[in-house]
Amino acid sequence: MALLEVKNLEVYYGVIQAIKGISFEVNKGEIVTLIGANGAGKTTTMQSIMGLIHARAGEVIYDGQPITNMPAHKIVRLGMTQVPEGRRIFSELTVYENLLMGAYTKKDKAQISEDLDEIYKIFPRLLERKNQVAGTLSGGEQQMLAMGRAMMSKPDLLMLDEPSMGLSPLLVDQVFEIIKHFHEKGTTILLVEQNANKSLAISDRAYVLENGKIVLSGTGEELLASEDIKKAYLGG
Amino acid sequence: MNFITNLIGGLSLGGIYAMIALGYTMVYGIAKMLNFAHGDIIMVGGYTILVFTAQSVHPLIAIALAIIFCVGLGVVVERVAYKPLRGASPLAVLITAIGVSYLLQSLAQMFFGSGTKMVTGLDLGSFNIGSLKISVSTIVTLVSCIAVMVALNLFVKYTKTGRAMIAVSEDKGAAQLMGINVNLIIMITFAIGSALAALAGTFYLMRSPSIYSTFGSLPGIKAFSAAVIGGIGSIPGAMLGGILLGVVEVFANSVSAIAPYTDAIEFAILIIILLVKPTGFLGKKRREKV
Repeated sequence: MALLEVKNLEVYYGVIQAIKGISFEVNKGEIVTLIGANGAGKTTTMQSIMGLIHARAGEVIYDGQPITNMPAHKIVRLGMTQVPEGRRIFSELTVYENLLMGAYTKKDKAQISEDLDEIYKIFPRLLERKNQVAGTLSGGEQQMLAMGRAMMSKPDLLMLDEPSMGLSPLLVDQVFEIIKHFHEKGTTILLVEQNANKSLAISDRAYVLENGKIVLSGTGEELLASEDIKKAYLGG
Repeated sequence: MNFITNLIGGLSLGGIYAMIALGYTMVYGIAKMLNFAHGDIIMVGGYTILVFTAQSVHPLIAIALAIIFCVGLGVVVERVAYKPLRGASPLAVLITAIGVSYLLQSLAQMFFGSGTKMVTGLDLGSFNIGSLKISVSTIVTLVSCIAVMVALNLFVKYTKTGRAMIAVSEDKGAAQLMGINVNLIIMITFAIGSALAALAGTFYLMRSPSIYSTFGSLPGIKAFSAAVIGGIGSIPGAMLGGILLGVVEVFANSVSAIAPYTDAIEFAILIIILLVKPTGFLGKKRREKV
C-alpha cells in the first residue's frame, strides 16, 4: 500500500518551472531513492512534499490523506519528517537540546527519554557530546545529529536529502548503515542522493529525475545494471 | 554620594531601555524585521494607564490592564499588518512598521488630543539613606527589570516554547520540520515584547508622569539603539546595551556643561560602536544561506 503518493506535482520558482509534473509513490516498508544530477529538482521535490515550498499543481497524499501545501509543522504531526539538505541543526543549542527539538510534537516525557536513550545507543558520539553546542560539531557528527533529531519524532516515513553530502567515505558508509538500521526498525525511507551507487544498492525502488521530470524508474538492482545510469551517474 | 544616586538612577533607566530593547531584539531575531511601531506600544500602555487611573482604578490594576491591552494590540498588529508580508521584501515590512507607528500616534491624538496629560497615582515617594535621597520608583523599576530579565532568560533557556524561539530565530524551515508552528512562535514573541513595552511605559511614567502621542518615540529610538549596540537579535546584548545607555544618560545629565548634549552623546556611542564593531557587542555574524 502506498504510504506516500505524489501525483503530477508541479513547482515553480517565479516563472521558471522547476518540477514539471512528476508522479511517484513510496510503499510502506520500502526504501525508495530519487537520484539525479545537481539542479534536477530533487531538493525542490522533497521540500514541496513537506510543505516548505508551494506546489502550484498536483497532489501529495500521505497515508490516504491529501497533504498538498499543508504547512510542514502539521505534516510532521502526521508521522512524516525530513532530514534537510545541509543538516540544518540548531547551532546555538546543545546536542541534547537539538534532540529534544526533534521530539517537539511529543508530550510523554518518559517516552521521550526512552527514545533519547535509543538515539544515544545508535550514535554514541552524540552521547559523548550531549552538552556541547551543536555548532561546534564536525560535519559527520552534525549529520548524525540531524538524523537522530529527525528520528526523535518517530516518523513512519523518513525523508533524507543528500545525507552523504560532504562526508568522508568512511562516514558515508556509516550513514548508509544507519539508514538501513532505521529501515529495519520499521521506518519507510525516501532518499534523495547524488551518490547513486550506494543509494541504489540499499533501495527497493528508485526514480531518476532529470530537469524536473522523472525519466526512468525501476528496482534498485535494475537501475544499477542499466547502461544509461552507469554512464550518467555511476561513472562508467 | 552623588555618584551612587546617579548609578542607581542610571541602572534603573537602563533597565527600562533594556526592557524595550528586548522587544526590538526578540522580534528581530525571530521574525527578522524591525518593528518600528514598538515604541508606540509604550505610548498606548501609558494612555491605558491614564484612562484607568482617571477612573480611580487602583494603579496596579491599571498597569495590569495596560499590559493586557498592549499584548492584544501587539498580536493584532502582527496578524493584520506584518503577517501578510511574511516573505515580502524587508523594505516593505519596514515601511509598514513605520505606517503602523504613525497610525497609533494619530489614533492617540484623535482620542486624547495633541496636548500633554498627567498621569496621577504612580508617584511612590522617596526615602533617605543617610544623606542619600532615593525615590522608591527607581528601586521598584530596578528590581522589576532585573526580575523580568532573569525570568526571560530562564524562559528562553529552559522552556519548550523558549527553545522553539531560539530554533525559529536560527532556521525557520528546520524549525517547521520539528513540528514548530512558526507563526504561533512569532505571535508569542510579539506578545512578550508588547508586555515588556507596557511595563517599560509604566516605569517611564513613574519617572515623569506626562503622557503625549509621541511619548514612546524617544525611549523607543534609544532602546532600538541599545539593541543595536548590544547586537541586534541577542537577548543579553539588548540588556547590556540598554543599561549602558541608561547609565550614560543619567551621568551625562548630571553634569550641567554636557547635559544639553545627552541625546547626542548616546547616539554618538551608537555610531562609534557600529564603526568599530558593526555587529554590536554580542551580535553574531550571520552567514547568508544559499
